[in-house]
Amino acid sequence: MKKITAFLVLNILLLGSLGGSVSAQAAGGSVLIKNATVMTAIRGTLEATDILVQNGKITRIGKNLSAPAGVRTIDATGKFVTPGIIDCHSHTMMDAVNEGSFSVTSMTRIRDVLNPKDIAIYRGLAGGVTAANLLHGSANSIGGQNSSVKFKWGKPVEDFLIPDAPPGIKFAMGENVKRSNFQPQGGVQPRYPRTRMGVVEVMRDAFLRAKDYKQSWDDFRAKKTKVPPRRDLELEPLVEILEGKRLVHAHGYRSDEHLNLLRIADEFGFKVATLQHGLEGYKIAPEIAKHGAGVSIFTDSWSYKLEAYDNTPYNAYIMWKAGVNVSINSDSNERMRRLNLDAAKVMKYGGVPEEEALKMITLNPAIQMGIGKRTGSIEVGKDGDLVIWNMHPFSPYSRVEMTLIEGDVYFDRAGDIARRAELAREREALERLEQNRPAGAGAAAPRPPSQFENGHLDDADHIDGGKR
Amino acid sequence: MKAKGKMQKARIAIALCLSIIVGSLSASAQSDGSEQNKTGTPGTFAIVGARIVTVTGAVIENGTILIRDGKIAAIGTNVSVPSGAERIDGKGLSVYPGMIDAATNMGLTEIGQGANATVDISEVGTMNANARAIKGINPHTSHINVTRVNGITTVLSHPTGGLISGQSAIINLNGATQDEMAVVADNALVINFPRVATGGGFGGFAFAQQAAAPDVNAAVRRRDEQVEELKKIFRDAEAYLKAREARQKDPSLPLVGIDLKMEAMAPYVRGQRPVLLPVQRERDIRAAVKFAEDMKVKAIIVGGQDAWKVADDLKRNNIAVIYTNIYSLPVQMDDPYDYLFEVPSKLQQAGVKFAISTGNDGSESRDLPYHAGLAGAYGLSKEEALKSVTIYPAEILGIADRMGSLEVGKVANVVVTDGDLLDPRTNVKYVFINGRKLPLTSRHTQLFDSFKDRK
Repeated sequence: MKKITAFLVLNILLLGSLGGSVSAQAAGGSVLIKNATVMTAIRGTLEATDILVQNGKITRIGKNLSAPAGVRTIDATGKFVTPGIIDCHSHTMMDAVNEGSFSVTSMTRIRDVLNPKDIAIYRGLAGGVTAANLLHGSANSIGGQNSSVKFKWGKPVEDFLIPDAPPGIKFAMGENVKRSNFQPQGGVQPRYPRTRMGVVEVMRDAFLRAKDYKQSWDDFRAKKTKVPPRRDLELEPLVEILEGKRLVHAHGYRSDEHLNLLRIADEFGFKVATLQHGLEGYKIAPEIAKHGAGVSIFTDSWSYKLEAYDNTPYNAYIMWKAGVNVSINSDSNERMRRLNLDAAKVMKYGGVPEEEALKMITLNPAIQMGIGKRTGSIEVGKDGDLVIWNMHPFSPYSRVEMTLIEGDVYFDRAGDIARRAELAREREALERLEQNRPAGAGAAAPRPPSQFENGHLDDADHIDGGKR
Repeated sequence: MKAKGKMQKARIAIALCLSIIVGSLSASAQSDGSEQNKTGTPGTFAIVGARIVTVTGAVIENGTILIRDGKIAAIGTNVSVPSGAERIDGKGLSVYPGMIDAATNMGLTEIGQGANATVDISEVGTMNANARAIKGINPHTSHINVTRVNGITTVLSHPTGGLISGQSAIINLNGATQDEMAVVADNALVINFPRVATGGGFGGFAFAQQAAAPDVNAAVRRRDEQVEELKKIFRDAEAYLKAREARQKDPSLPLVGIDLKMEAMAPYVRGQRPVLLPVQRERDIRAAVKFAEDMKVKAIIVGGQDAWKVADDLKRNNIAVIYTNIYSLPVQMDDPYDYLFEVPSKLQQAGVKFAISTGNDGSESRDLPYHAGLAGAYGLSKEEALKSVTIYPAEILGIADRMGSLEVGKVANVVVTDGDLLDPRTNVKYVFINGRKLPLTSRHTQLFDSFKDRK
């Protein structure tokens, strides 16, 4: 009896201390989607095809499949199915974006500021997004640790985290990092660095310190030293980068800057996972391909800041042709809802083939985030992360009918519409309550907006602390 | 002789070096203006055997459209191609009128952040009726080529800020000078119409959550005071104009000194030209409509998120809506996710005159067809979606006699594509503005050409 109690306590402690990483993930749903045009994002487009998802995983793809007992069937005749869209640069559901006080804030974690009730999640689902790379902002050369999530709207925050996603971190270079558009207030010292020269040195300095730190631990573990080194939460994530255990997602625009980062990575022997934004990637496509970094871009947004002036919508094509893994991200709660159209555009700018264009919002970002083995394409064995569209998703008239994650329906347009009248009634009833009456009496109280900004492209605008 | 030959060789070598340097410079990312200076070639053009989407009439399959002297000279299945005309094989192609983006800041800004010197959108002060967009528009902005190669041939560009922001211009996206571009140099007065602000910022909700519960009635009062201030400007302008007129007739009357800001108000207080009123929420649109009624001005709503809720007021006063919110998020958390996608469809059903615009500063006006397409995904028919970026904006801006559809006699702003104009996969094959065939080049094709072969 005592033993059992101790075991339970230990379990609770373990679960409590490690949080979401070991929380029991739901097994996932089972569903049969019938008779759809299936765009697999890996093995072409299959006409009149069924997809069976069981306990969250795709178990069969084929014709005339029948639903096992108790499994829901969705008739998708005349409709298209794609893998769930994956947004490789997002700040959705984050209560804070930038810890901008230091030039290196690798100790901070996006995990600590996740808000599972952000309405932007639901709106993203309604645009077919099932997973996102939630990144720290770009206020500093080395920013905080990211979170890879699936948009399991309505579930506890622990369920959002993708359990086997490799950890990552945000790096940044350029205008935001050197605080070009932010003059320090009177009496406040400007933060180092203020130039692109300084940015490079901050990174090199951090990695040199991390190498020493790693050495001191290696020595201790090899019993060369007797006193354990003091833990350093800033340097630990950098050691993980050096050991190839943590992915670097590096914000930047100018090609020379991104090239500088690749050189730093070469110097310290690690690989950069993604160049984020990378609007000038096309200028150094061979170098990026050689290094093996992915690039996560906006298809055609440009000119909103000086360092975005040299974007060209042919960027995706040039890099794709050079063999670079390209993804198209939103960095915006608004743009996230129409990534399908941003992918469609690259077909005309240079001529990226249809499936390659689809990959740029599905399989490619999955690979960049290190979750390509479990999601990003429609294959047996992968997660049942699927979007049902009313027509070809690259048509301007297309819209999402249903979004599923691991076989469970998280967005259903018909259900959404059916609930609206009831929600309107509930809203009216709430507004009538005494505690919701406005201070001025009479006129209805303005409800707070869902967010303070329209999901801008770059996070320069919400650089200090939380969202503007 | 030998020495001279050597010299010559050296000269040639230097010249070669120079030309290589010059060549690589022009191929580099810096804008050298060469793209912006390409204003196309005039001539007589016949697009033969194409699908002609006239917008105002029936679609003509396998038809011919003739462009001559800058105008559409003929359309039909039985058009004879004059000798000397450049014949364009239209097999598999579709012909559309150029799209019109009715609320942009095209040419008034190049780079919004980090390059203030390129920003000319907002003047200092509250009353700037004499600030004319046409005088600030940079005919050589790289945004112009980038936009027109996607099938947008005409835009309205307007200033912002203050209370009276200035006057907008309707421009064709071609021309080496502002005059060459102008369709209507000063077409409307932009009024930054006062809105009910319950938060920190002017007209916004910034920090509403942190602040104490706002006093709505006080905010409405503030808005109404600002509207009174606006009305006073209109009345002052009327009085000023009357006094100037009277003095002209009767020199014994006291002289009223010239006031450029008041002078600029003349066509607007007299209802000869419209005012643009950027408002979004229902209560602000109602206030804007009432202002137009009270002051007897011609009004156009810009923005218009809740405009469908005010349909009766708008129709009664013949006020149209230039809708700019397809790429916007619903303002309130409990708004339906597609609330702003559905507005054009709701306006259409309610019988309100509307157009769809990007509302963009210019760099991303080229997305106009996809704004219309998204409205098409959420209730608007394909035909209406196309009209909302062609003939409807032309009608609202008062230029439908000249553009917005393919009709004989209209200006030849014509776009030829290999597919649906609103589809992001569609390639634009030819663009004509004022009958000039434009090169399909831009800063973006230039950058592409410069780097596509780098190994």
